[in-house]
Amino acid sequence: MSGTYLGMPAFPKAATLSTRNTRMRANLTHATHTIRDKRAAAVRELPDWAQLRAAGAAVKDRTLRHLDHYLEQLEAAVTAAGGTVHWAADAREANRIVTSLVRATGETEVVKVKSMATQEIGLNAALEAAGIRAYETDLAELIVQLGDDLPSHILVPAIHRNRDEIRDIFRERMADWGRPAPEGLTEEPAVLAEAARLHLREKFLRAKVGISGANFMVADTGTLVVVESEGNGRMCLTLPETLISVVGIEKIVPTWQDLEVFLQLLPRSSTAERMNPYTSTWTGTTDGDGPRTFHLVLLDNGRTDTLADTVGRQALRCIRCSACLNVCPVYERAGGHAYGSAYPGPIGAILTPQLRGVTSELDASLPYASSLCGACYEVCPVAIDIPEVLVHLRERVVQGGETTIRGVRTRIRPAKGHAAERAAMRAARWALDHPAAMRTGQRLAARTRRFHPKRLPGPGRAWTASREMPTVPAESFRDWWQRERGGKVTR
Amino acid sequence: MSSRDAILGRVRRALADVPREESPDDVAVARDYLRTHSPADAVETLAENLADYRALVHRTDTAGLPDLIGRLLAARGSRDVVVPDGFPAEWLPQADAVRWVQDTPEATPDELDRMDSVLTGCALAIAETGTLVLDGSAGQGRRRITLMPDHHICVVRVPEQVVDSVPEALPRLVPTRPLTWISGPSATSDIELDRVEGVHGPRTLEVVLVTR
Repeated sequence: MSGTYLGMPAFPKAATLSTRNTRMRANLTHATHTIRDKRAAAVRELPDWAQLRAAGAAVKDRTLRHLDHYLEQLEAAVTAAGGTVHWAADAREANRIVTSLVRATGETEVVKVKSMATQEIGLNAALEAAGIRAYETDLAELIVQLGDDLPSHILVPAIHRNRDEIRDIFRERMADWGRPAPEGLTEEPAVLAEAARLHLREKFLRAKVGISGANFMVADTGTLVVVESEGNGRMCLTLPETLISVVGIEKIVPTWQDLEVFLQLLPRSSTAERMNPYTSTWTGTTDGDGPRTFHLVLLDNGRTDTLADTVGRQALRCIRCSACLNVCPVYERAGGHAYGSAYPGPIGAILTPQLRGVTSELDASLPYASSLCGACYEVCPVAIDIPEVLVHLRERVVQGGETTIRGVRTRIRPAKGHAAERAAMRAARWALDHPAAMRTGQRLAARTRRFHPKRLPGPGRAWTASREMPTVPAESFRDWWQRERGGKVTR
Repeated sequence: MSSRDAILGRVRRALADVPREESPDDVAVARDYLRTHSPADAVETLAENLADYRALVHRTDTAGLPDLIGRLLAARGSRDVVVPDGFPAEWLPQADAVRWVQDTPEATPDELDRMDSVLTGCALAIAETGTLVLDGSAGQGRRRITLMPDHHICVVRVPEQVVDSVPEALPRLVPTRPLTWISGPSATSDIELDRVEGVHGPRTLEVVLVTR
């Protein structure tokens, strides 16, 4: 099985290590720049992109503001169509439900469609503990699973690997999991894709249980939608006898018509295509075509806590396109693993701390994993103002305050390590309230400027480790103004 | 308390800021985006976009259809060809080398995996995105038959089955039917975010645009 994110260090520590990995950085720069330009071209094709984006945001807001209504509507529609709906308050409960559903079939193997929700809850590890082997069937997920690695991108979990590394992983590990890699495997992408096709085909043919997520759930019809490229999704959704879909409660859209917005926004934002190669929609079960049993597991796992925050709530609009990762200068350099969760990049920096709370050192560091340049907001197809939420979460980390954890309103204390920042802010407030003291201080700073150190001592050292100390001018602005325009009326 | 009630309770508490009298429709959604980007010639645009994603596009009329299908199958040397119920018999070529295999619910994945080609119609095609939509009705078969064989020939009746755009397609589709939207052959962007055709689905997609 692939590893878990447990015990990951805080972002700055992890990023310090990962930024030194020059091969990974080169792989990431190459891949993100390729997709960036293509996305821009795909978006330019639609003159009404801004209107689609606004509509996407509005449909999601409508859903979120009335989520209880839509959840009940969805449950009724799925049930009427022959599906069974389960509710999971957290990861543990979701894993327990899925494990017992698989056990009830008597099977010890499942095939999986790439799914962020099951990555988030660590389903594969839970299944393994129960003696059930989960086979990832998305090419990138397969690379991650065979390499005993962690995903580092929402859309392309093996983005940190280049073609040579992938060839080596296939050569060395495929035999441990089933059909070995063909003799004379090269690093040609088409050859690697062919090797994955052969390796997975036998697994698809014998699979009795499929596990998926979903990109969208339509409340008024009970329809689930999976958007993919390779056909592994179609295999898992149509060949097994039992299908189990684990989906976050925020993935709802109210009506069938609403898909007209998202099926335009998503492919162009994620793979920069007019349309992805395959989209599957299903409503409950269909006689004679596809699984005879369908289970939908609705997952909370921190989503209602996120919903309770009126600023942070917008993160739940996310349709997991990963456009924000591809344009982020911090992601490009630090890589996805440094974010320590299934959701890397800018969206991860606002989603993870909200889903898990900002109580751990890692989660408290994530809102700082950004230069606030705003590129993520610009490309977001549902207009999530990521910088706004980042600043909001930083405030919560530094000052503490009211938040919701597992459905309970809680007052969290200010995080450790921000004492100097808080002291500095208190001092600044005092100085700004006392103009005379401020003037004296500024003059003192100006006169002693020759003696200022390049690096701060004591608690300030961390701040100057990656920054230059600003130089203090010979004269403060206030003094200059007094001297030049003192007493004059400026009109 | 069940998890269902717990989650719904949390949702309602989380939404304490939403006025009680607000209904879903009170949250405005401006639908001022375009219903269609008005391609000058929808069939032409469909053909271009299909080809752009490496589908092979052919054109003929109903009289020439059986002959064209026969040639496409012969060119690949296909022997076992799946044909779903309801595919018009008059469209099938007289081909001695080909064994026509009806799709039945009893057909196992292994049997389908041994098929060389599959021949279907579609519910509609979307010009702007180069997409074929299959809904499992007559002449289209179960979802799996267009997935396992490595070669898929799909017949689109033009212009009547072609719509301009996604917003025009959705109202013509029945959500309760299992739908498969196909835009070009199976592909992946998983190696260095570069698109490569051909993973698990058919690696060759041939689309026949047929006029009366």
